[in-house]
Amino acid sequence: MAKILTKGLDLWYGSFHALKGINSSFEANRITAIIGPSGCGKSTLLRVFNRMNDLIEGVRTEGEVLMDDKNILSSDMDLVALRKKAGMVFQRPNPFPLSVYENIVFGEKIHAEKVARDRLDEIVETSLKCVLLWDELKDRLSESALRLSLEQKQRLCIARLLAVKPDILLMDEPCSTLDPQATAKVEELMRELKVRYTIIIVTHNMQQAARVSDDAGFMLLGELIEFGKTQDIFTAPRDKRTEDYITGRYG
Amino acid sequence: MKNTYRTQKIAFSLLFLATLLIVIPVGLIVVIIIQKGLPAINWQFLSDIPRQGMRAGGIFPAIVGTIYLVTGAIIFALPIGLLAAIYLSEYSKDNLLTRLIKLAIVNLAGVPSVVYGLFGLAIFVVFFKFGASILSGSLTLGIMILPVIITTSREALESVPYSFREVSLSLGASKWQTIRHIVLPNAVPGILTGTILGLGRAAGETAPILFTVAAFYLPRLPGSIFDQAMALPYHLYVISTQVPNVDEKIRYGTAFVLLSLVLFMNLVAIIIRYQFRKKKKW
Ligand SMILES: Nc1ncnc2c1ncn2[C@@H]1O[C@H](COP(=O)(O)OP(=O)(O)OP(=O)(O)O)[C@@H](O)[C@H]1O
Ligand SMILES: [Mg+2]
Repeated sequence: MAKILTKGLDLWYGSFHALKGINSSFEANRITAIIGPSGCGKSTLLRVFNRMNDLIEGVRTEGEVLMDDKNILSSDMDLVALRKKAGMVFQRPNPFPLSVYENIVFGEKIHAEKVARDRLDEIVETSLKCVLLWDELKDRLSESALRLSLEQKQRLCIARLLAVKPDILLMDEPCSTLDPQATAKVEELMRELKVRYTIIIVTHNMQQAARVSDDAGFMLLGELIEFGKTQDIFTAPRDKRTEDYITGRYG
Repeated sequence: MKNTYRTQKIAFSLLFLATLLIVIPVGLIVVIIIQKGLPAINWQFLSDIPRQGMRAGGIFPAIVGTIYLVTGAIIFALPIGLLAAIYLSEYSKDNLLTRLIKLAIVNLAGVPSVVYGLFGLAIFVVFFKFGASILSGSLTLGIMILPVIITTSREALESVPYSFREVSLSLGASKWQTIRHIVLPNAVPGILTGTILGLGRAAGETAPILFTVAAFYLPRLPGSIFDQAMALPYHLYVISTQVPNVDEKIRYGTAFVLLSLVLFMNLVAIIIRYQFRKKKKW
């Protein structure tokens, strides 16, 4: 069963039609990559899944997005619950200007009725272990997160997200500010995480999509042109435009 | 070629002179006040009540009065100003009402201080029947410094990067939780700076307290917020123009204390701002 299913999803920024009749399905425990040229609506689609587009004035969405069979676009959707369930990793690593520790427990402090100190310690340890940062940072927990390297920051952001126990990880070009080595590490991490999470990654980097994803979708000018197994899309695209993009014939 | 160079030289010199012209009066004021005021400063001057028709003794009641007034003004203006700033920066939509409010704040900042005095007299002293009292004076000063506090607080709030709010919301925090845990803590230095600048302004103004609180001569400390009080700027005015034959030393001593108070507050504001800039890394 699909974790996320979109049916005839349309989105407008004011009068600009940014997503056009998107039908797609995202499976649990798989990594789905969304590729396409700049401005085609990848981020917009991703931000539908945690309703971050709601923050932008003049956005109108139509159609259905079923997450675990529940339409998240309905007006009575609990946004706090939705955003706990579908967490987002942003393009630029954006830790809060707080300590490593405080960054990770932010979600728990916000969501829990009462927070016990040892519970927080435990969350910090498990979250950091999940992103393979524990050994590096266990002695630097009180240091400012702004002092970490870019890659550590991005992994810390992922840890901060895992601490609120999401099901789904929405990643919007999470490696675009990282060097190849750091990128490889984050990709490795994604492969480990997919055992427990549903991962959707937006990427500009064709090799990255080919390397990490199980499924892939190609978008162009707000339309989802092709959607399927990554292998199929990269070796035998059905649509001419997909082929052109993958082989680099688009600007 | 040569002409452009000369024009540039002249323009540069003019700009430099203009800048220098700003520094000279400030420097002169400070030097003169220190030179003539400092010799008057001793423990007795700071801790004694005025004596012999204010021609001798100290200025303790005026110092205390000013501290009371400034504290009262901040107790009133900081919460209101901060809440207004939060509303304007975080909640308000760009509509007619918001623009009207912003316009009002800008204009409030430009109102002459004597008008605040009259306003305070009409509203607090007469209408609310607080009489000439610390309460009336504090409220009047509070209203006067509201624009400073709102404007600087709003700037501080708005300078917190959008990405922080975005992450916080994406982690399931509500808007208020985001403001409370992320936006406000990062805006505190800016808010503090604005508050202290407001304090400095409140401490130095004479006109707003003239009709609302200031006592000509009150050789004891105020007992409650419904009492009148002496205050440094008004006391300075009184001993300079209303009482004949006051020793120059006492006048300049009073000015010295007032100036020190205000400059000290500004200095604190500058230090906070500097420290914050140094630490800020986003
Ligand atoms: N807030 C907004 N208001 C109006 N139009 C917007 C807004 N955000 C995005 N758009 C437009 O919607 C389209 C899709 O934007 P989106 O950010 O989803 O593209 P993208 O595929 O993520 O691009 P990139 O690869 O550059 O990140 C673009 O044409 C963009 O100009
Ligand atoms: Mg994007």
